[in-house]
Amino acid sequence: MPEQFGALLVKTIFTENVALSFYLGMCSFLAISKRVETALGMGLAVTFVLAITCPLNHVLYHALLADGALAWIPGAEEVDLSFLTFMILIGTIAATVQIVEMAIERSSPRLYAALGVFLPLIAVNCAILGSSLFMIERDYSLGESFVFGTGSGLGFAIAIVALAAIREQLRYSDVPESLRGLGISFLVVGLMSFGFLAFSGM
Amino acid sequence: MKSPHRDTLLDPLFDNNPIALQVLGICSALAVTKQVATALVMTVAVLFVMSCSSVAISALRRRIPSDIRIIVELTIMTTLVIVTDQVLKAYFFDVSLRLSVFVGLIITNCMVMGRAEAYAIRNPPLPSLLDAVGNAMGYGLILLTVAFVRELFGKGTVLGYRVLTTVHDGGWYEPNVLMELAPTGFLLIACCVWAIRVWKPEQREEVDDA
Repeated sequence: MPEQFGALLVKTIFTENVALSFYLGMCSFLAISKRVETALGMGLAVTFVLAITCPLNHVLYHALLADGALAWIPGAEEVDLSFLTFMILIGTIAATVQIVEMAIERSSPRLYAALGVFLPLIAVNCAILGSSLFMIERDYSLGESFVFGTGSGLGFAIAIVALAAIREQLRYSDVPESLRGLGISFLVVGLMSFGFLAFSGM
Repeated sequence: MKSPHRDTLLDPLFDNNPIALQVLGICSALAVTKQVATALVMTVAVLFVMSCSSVAISALRRRIPSDIRIIVELTIMTTLVIVTDQVLKAYFFDVSLRLSVFVGLIITNCMVMGRAEAYAIRNPPLPSLLDAVGNAMGYGLILLTVAFVRELFGKGTVLGYRVLTTVHDGGWYEPNVLMELAPTGFLLIACCVWAIRVWKPEQREEVDDA
């Protein structure tokens, strides 16, 4: 079993990086990658939220929503609530983000100030909801979903910190005027994505 | 149609494009663009969800307490996305399989949320509807452009119809596998952004020292 978890962890961090090969969480990925320090904070916040929400959503999905999950209620053997999946997932995520936000506000006001408006936006960060949906689609077990969540978060953190480091250096380079800002960031992300592609062995 | 309304509708196409200038809704824009068909379905889905949610939010804007407005907005969007997802599963099952989790991700598409927050929450329903339609079309425009290039050069087809005969079918075109891979999406969007900003220099960004 441990080898399997290890393989899954490596896979989610490198070969199937959530940001660079599934394009998830792009909005915050581009918006918060101007400084390494804030990028690191964002990466950690996302990892933390993912590590909690993935297993939590796994439990909720299999206890309430999946086909036949309510069989313990007499007369409800046929009930399939999986159409409510989105609603439950986004509710769990929004609540978790709220808790994380309060925790960061208490423990580290500096990080809170740096992350600013983007903390509430983690709730609508597609990386979080996307990972939960992938977890359901791929039918992971509870342990696997924890590893998957943590791995996705770490992968996102590595990618965003790397991008921030590149963008900090980019300030000294002479970029064509029309390409400054968003354009060049996309190009850099594209090249990073090529790099990560190499992990899957071309 | 009065001209401010026309501006609300047409501005997001080029002058204030949600993807190229506002940096909204990029995640799904990249993921569904391997084929024109999926990009088209995605655009229609986003158009539907966005117009309905904008109208609903704008109609309720005086009744939603501002403290919990995000949750209320999310609930409205989620409901609409569930409807879309069920319709897709019922009538376009194979497309729905290919879109995989990305229909669900319309909920967290920052474009829907962003326009609701920036526009619908303080404007009457009609302009909000136009704003939503305009933004969804601006989004679709980029999506379809990228998907067109990726499908044409990656598979030699457009919307599934053969345009360039590939070497496998005895033709001359060697399919460019690179187009099917993730990085190309980023590079093509970068090119779109670049092209729009060469055309409309006022969208250029100052070098920020933040």
